[in-house]
Amino acid sequence: MSNKIGVYICSGCGIGDALDMTALAKVATKEYKAPVCKTDAFLCGRDGVDIIKKDIAGEGLNFIVVAGCSGRVNHDIFDFGPAVNVERVNLRERVVWTQEPNDDDTQAMAEDYMRMTLVKAKNLELPTPFLGEDLSKKVLVVGGGLAGMTSALEAAKAGYQVVLVEKEDLLGGWLNKMYKITPLKAPFTDPEDTNLEGRVKEVLDNPNIKVYTSASIEKTSGAPGMFDVVIRQGDTTTGERAGAIVLATGSVPYDPVGLEHLGYGTSPDVITQVQFEELAARGPISRPSDGKAVKKLVFIQCAGSRDQEHLPYCSAACCVESIKQALYVKSQNPEAAVYVFYKDIRSSGQYEHFYKKAQAEGVIFVKADVAAVSEDGGSITVEAHDLLMGSPTMADEVDLVVLANGMVPTTAFEDPSLAGAGQSEEQAAADAIIKSNILNLAYRQGPELPSLKYGFPDSHFICFPYETRRTGIYAAGSVRRPMDMGQAVGDAAGAALKAIQCVEMTARGLSVHPRSGDLSFPEFQMSRCTQCKRCTEECPFGAINEDEKANPLPNPTRCRRCGTCMGACPERIISFKNYSVPMIGNMVKAFEVPEEDEEKPRILVFACENDAIPALDMAGINRLKYSRWVRVIPVRCLGSLNLIWINDAMSRGVDGVLLMGCKHGDDYQCHFMKGSELAGIRLSKVSETLDRLGLESERVATTEVNVMDYDKIPKILEDFAAKVDKLGPNPMKGF
Amino acid sequence: MVNKSILVVGGGISGLTAAVEAAEVGLDVYLVEKNPYLGGRVAQINQYFPKLCPPNCGLEINFKRMKINPGIKFFTMAEVESISGREGDYDVTLRLNPRYVNENCTACGKCAEECPAERANEFNYGMNKTKAAYLPHEFAFPMKYVIDVKACQEGCKKCVEACKYNAIDPEMQARTMKINVGAIVWATGWRPYDAERLGYYGFGRFPNVITNVMMERLAAVNGPTNGRILRPSDGGEISSIAFIQCAGSRDENHLRCCSSVCCMASLKQATYVRDQYPDAKICIYYIDIRTRGRHEDFYVKVQNETNVTFIKGKAGEILEGPDGGLVIVAEDQISQRLTEERFDMVVLATGMQPVTAGERIPAEVSYDEDGFVSESLQAGICAAGCVRKPLDVAASVQDATAAAIKAIQSVRGQNNV
Repeated sequence: MSNKIGVYICSGCGIGDALDMTALAKVATKEYKAPVCKTDAFLCGRDGVDIIKKDIAGEGLNFIVVAGCSGRVNHDIFDFGPAVNVERVNLRERVVWTQEPNDDDTQAMAEDYMRMTLVKAKNLELPTPFLGEDLSKKVLVVGGGLAGMTSALEAAKAGYQVVLVEKEDLLGGWLNKMYKITPLKAPFTDPEDTNLEGRVKEVLDNPNIKVYTSASIEKTSGAPGMFDVVIRQGDTTTGERAGAIVLATGSVPYDPVGLEHLGYGTSPDVITQVQFEELAARGPISRPSDGKAVKKLVFIQCAGSRDQEHLPYCSAACCVESIKQALYVKSQNPEAAVYVFYKDIRSSGQYEHFYKKAQAEGVIFVKADVAAVSEDGGSITVEAHDLLMGSPTMADEVDLVVLANGMVPTTAFEDPSLAGAGQSEEQAAADAIIKSNILNLAYRQGPELPSLKYGFPDSHFICFPYETRRTGIYAAGSVRRPMDMGQAVGDAAGAALKAIQCVEMTARGLSVHPRSGDLSFPEFQMSRCTQCKRCTEECPFGAINEDEKANPLPNPTRCRRCGTCMGACPERIISFKNYSVPMIGNMVKAFEVPEEDEEKPRILVFACENDAIPALDMAGINRLKYSRWVRVIPVRCLGSLNLIWINDAMSRGVDGVLLMGCKHGDDYQCHFMKGSELAGIRLSKVSETLDRLGLESERVATTEVNVMDYDKIPKILEDFAAKVDKLGPNPMKGF
Repeated sequence: MVNKSILVVGGGISGLTAAVEAAEVGLDVYLVEKNPYLGGRVAQINQYFPKLCPPNCGLEINFKRMKINPGIKFFTMAEVESISGREGDYDVTLRLNPRYVNENCTACGKCAEECPAERANEFNYGMNKTKAAYLPHEFAFPMKYVIDVKACQEGCKKCVEACKYNAIDPEMQARTMKINVGAIVWATGWRPYDAERLGYYGFGRFPNVITNVMMERLAAVNGPTNGRILRPSDGGEISSIAFIQCAGSRDENHLRCCSSVCCMASLKQATYVRDQYPDAKICIYYIDIRTRGRHEDFYVKVQNETNVTFIKGKAGEILEGPDGGLVIVAEDQISQRLTEERFDMVVLATGMQPVTAGERIPAEVSYDEDGFVSESLQAGICAAGCVRKPLDVAASVQDATAAAIKAIQSVRGQNNV
């Protein structure tokens, strides 16, 4: 269906005072033959909106162009329902508020933005959602420990079917070895019962939960709404279809074999935290070596953690675990001497009450660096440097030493049987995927969730801790990041929410975060595919598989709609209904490029929708003036930048192209992970082309702009304009 | 009949998250915020730790998610007056306070241009002023002006006359509105502990003693100094600065718990200072540095900065010299000396007090000794974020996401999708 376009120009907020509205309207009516074009002094007012509504009904308009304020405001006012597409021409924040009023160049800018938007309208269709077949709303939870059981129960209580897969023969995970757990509720002063039986019973009794124990996942193929999972139990395999997955396989204690310097291995009475739990669970705490009652005991904190030689990170749970274990001892024998040798006591938040309880019970906390642990005739000596006394200290005749040995996520271990299997990682910025034999994803980019750091498959976003690079698969609990049990319970509930949200959105054909609700998805014109594999390699979410001939096999429900594939494709065969290479390409060709003798250069800016575009708006709101030569095109992500646009711009005589994207590197801010980085890499390729054409590669540059950099925008643009000016006009003008 | 919509009280990061996450599952959500804008305290933060990225970036995404989702209705300048009923059927009375600006506002800014009166800018913790007609901040969502009538000049109608859109209504009255919902998520967050109650640190008396939340505004480009960290007393540059940890937290006389974010916040703020003053002396007085998990990497990074020292010891008192300089008296527990060090500026790492320490939830809920919600005694009502625990942003989002599933369970129930 062709678009029937109505153009509505607002003269309010000073727009009419700064621009020639008649000339602007002529662009729409004469150049683009818009059937309806009206001007109003207060378009966002009730009367203004009524004019548009009446025309939609009366004239059958299905595409409304509102030229006035930024699309970031009045979104609700200019919403005319799902059948009417609305595009905004930002005359206010981007033109009138940043440029000289009643100036030819300001008018030219406004008219160009009108042209660019009208051209966009001609190339844009309303997306129809992708709806998969045999969609499942079931949630697969991998791992039956505290976090996994919690996720399963939370999803089940919300009304969803759950499949819970546990590798051991019993549910409960580490709880099976624990005597008690750290308190989960106020007043946070006493260890709590594990309530293991009650927790397991609740899972087993829940009719919505199907449990597989002694089970592993042999293969996970498919995509959100359509994950096909092969579950192996002994010699048999069972298939399950699930809509989303919670990965809650937890962590394991750091291998104490590396901790000889802290006495591990010197005596059976130097044990780990888990060994101590087992000891406490068995009855009165006694020495493993001879069964004697324990009267003097030392906990050594950060045994492996916060140690560049072992685990550089803090394991987050060990301080409160040791406090809990110290309280076991004190409750059994108040006279026992209990020492905790620590670097910092990290009983954060309300666990401060737990720490205080231990101090009140007489547990002695010593800020010290442990120098040596030795055994002589059945008694242990711990030598340390007391940091507060500034002197050596020593605990001798110690009955038991407990090493708080930290945690390592189950995803950090490469399964030796898988070493060398699978695809090679050939791209420059390949995700770190450790073949841990947990999910065994049939994904072109590798079989497990990408690791963020230290093997934890965590989100890199503070505001979106459930962000995942594998859509529909959410890590929860101590596999995701180091955390204590209280945090793991909450985390598991949150992950359950994300899982049910994913299945619901997938069932409606909607994208999940960050382009939540987007109905568009990439379509591939396969007849022109050259099997170059760039799309399958570069997709930040592993959404595209490959067949044996290297043809891309897209999985629309894994897709997050960033357009990285579209930007990557040298044949330009990938497009969205409402975002495509020709659409942006035509926008590049829509604005006017003055002849060389007019001395009015043109600078094209491709700006990330999420950060650079709001920053440009903020520059306007603060009335910061910037270069009149600039024309901005918003992009979903710089990752969607296709090099043809730069060629198009350059061959029209555009003098410079600037890419404004998010920070990349270790602290990347791109919400599609690698968009700006990939754009930078592509740009290095375009420089060669430009050089060959005799155009200076400096004409195309990239810059990092975050949402708060609006104050820097005028200078960034002026500097770039000055640089381009120095190069002189693009010689391709007029060709 | 079970009402399948939910109410989220509080439009900060926790409330926003609970609302958006629940709405994307398909629920109808009412979101109620007391301020004239959404975003709460994270909107006032300059950068998040440990990535040092701007909070407005994530807020922008969340606002987009809201804009696109017809399931969410939000009210700013609104409060909950009363709650009655039970899970699946709560009657809630909302009080909508007058903004004195109606939906006609285009945010053109003419009213503020013409306004002759000023008011303390609470967004910047009073460190500068706005006009009585003001935009809370340039990222404000919704982007609508507000009139602070208490600051207006008697009989002044300049803004009304300046506005071409009839957007200003000085006669606007507070009104109440009744809604029925199936479940309620309470996420009204926290406020910084009142530093004036720590008399020995001189906050309020010594202008160069500020709090950590004020430091966020000083470092922010849209703050009172356009992002320059300057001495409040004279606007001068600094050559030394101290951070005092646990200012009010882990203290029997103030907040008994640890506020859990202040260590990372001060380490982060040390990097703000380092960026602007490569040679300034930075000193952090602490009891324990609590950088859990991968945050340890950030601690190591700051430790490796030159001219950053850590003093294990709780600062005892701050004295002010005649030049406005500050002397911190503290016991350095490691050297076992009583130290007296001079600084140009001191930042108190004041902790988090839950809003519920003062303003209780109009429902049956129990609280712990610091005022955090410890348990909801009414099915269908749950707390999320910093009213429940002192949490950093990532943990608040996690907690709010977890609260969203509880609310969904309340309105759907098992086998009732």
